[in-house]
Amino acid sequence: MHIDVHIEKQVRAARRRFDLSVQFSADTTRLALYGPSGAGKTLTLQMLAGLVRPAKGRIVVDGKTWFDSNRGIDVPPRDRRVGYVFQDYALFPHWTVAQNVSGAFARGWPRPLSASQARRVERVLLSFDLSDIRDSYPSQLSGGQRQRTAVARALVGRPRVLLLDEPFAALDGMLKNRLRAELLAIQAHYEIPMILITHDPDDLAACADVVVSLDGGRVIDVAIGNRPAPQSSAPFAPPAANSLVAHDAMQT
Amino acid sequence: MSSVLIPLLLTLKVAVCATLIAGVLGIGAGYWLARTRMPGRDTADALLILPLVLPPTVLGYYLLVAFGRSSAFGAWLEGTLGIHLVFTWEGAALAAAIVAFPLVFKASRAAFEAVDPTLEQAGRSLGYNGWTVFSRVTLPLAWRGVIAGAMLAFARAMGEFGATLMVAGNIPGRTQTVSIAIYEAVNAGDDTLAGALVVIVSLVCVSLLIAANLFARRGHMRIAPV
Repeated sequence: MHIDVHIEKQVRAARRRFDLSVQFSADTTRLALYGPSGAGKTLTLQMLAGLVRPAKGRIVVDGKTWFDSNRGIDVPPRDRRVGYVFQDYALFPHWTVAQNVSGAFARGWPRPLSASQARRVERVLLSFDLSDIRDSYPSQLSGGQRQRTAVARALVGRPRVLLLDEPFAALDGMLKNRLRAELLAIQAHYEIPMILITHDPDDLAACADVVVSLDGGRVIDVAIGNRPAPQSSAPFAPPAANSLVAHDAMQT
Repeated sequence: MSSVLIPLLLTLKVAVCATLIAGVLGIGAGYWLARTRMPGRDTADALLILPLVLPPTVLGYYLLVAFGRSSAFGAWLEGTLGIHLVFTWEGAALAAAIVAFPLVFKASRAAFEAVDPTLEQAGRSLGYNGWTVFSRVTLPLAWRGVIAGAMLAFARAMGEFGATLMVAGNIPGRTQTVSIAIYEAVNAGDDTLAGALVVIVSLVCVSLLIAANLFARRGHMRIAPV
């Protein structure tokens, strides 16, 4: 996957402003956006997915222009065909696992899936080991089951790229290692490029070939290959108070 | 018997229409204010709540001025569309809808605000357009709160007195709703009729209130984000 990004966005909340100006190019199947909270990682990913509209700039993926403010191009999310795994998974609480996974096919008013869509859902449920809990609601699932459901939901529509926002942040150590391995196996199996957000250096070593480091809404480094993260191997120090506020601003 | 049944059926007709009008407008306005970040949304909120605070007679007077034959708008409604609102049951429904509107609006806004916007983003990332996100994600997660508001609105519309009387008057069989019929029965010393109507209205309103509370309480458990 070749990705070429140059986007700008201002977010205002109360009397604070967060200015994001991100520019990077990469040719990889495993890219990580790395940085402390408040760096603008989630906002960048949301703009890639088409969920947030950049103020200006350009996003080109594999030769296709998804966004170009100069030419007035803003491809809607459905035509970008991205699979998005949200930080807290954002599973629909009123739908069962099977309904959540079928979500990408149920775009209109309730209508039955086509035979091939139903087969696809069944295959994905099976390969994600969700068949036994297909009729459970998200509130009844464990953390690992939720994550598998979220990734399955993102993958079922055969997206061009998988976007993951801190997929392991909510998990404890043992589970984190297992799910990381699962995710990599899935990624290799489906041969799907992925862009992953993380603030955990361990994720970089395991999951990323290209690391784009962000801080304060700017790209501070682009590292290619599995060399150590630019900001030492320790997790980030607690973020400064104003970047916390900026992070909150982006979440609202 | 017909002195009970006729005002009761008219009241139900007026209250159902009023609830539908207030429901559509209240859901729309509630969703809009729950999601917009436009400056001045607090002012908009206050203006939309106004019918709850204003005395019904004041509201009725405004409606008369706005929709009466002497206003340009009222003349246009009558002349061009053939809609008569003064001294008709449609006018009573409109008055009741406006009085009941804030109840749907308030409840819907709170219910929509309780729906995690990330879930709407998740819908959009799956390729849903705005209407699909609303109808398949947001509304199903908020509907208990919305229904609870609509039930209160229905009860309020059933009991509407002041604004309805101002706009639609008190024409037995045409615009005389139950609350107005009760007032007239008491004035005329007909305690049997007044008593029967009072008991019926009380029963309907109490059951609606209980139902609305049950809905809202269960809804709270369901709409909690996962």
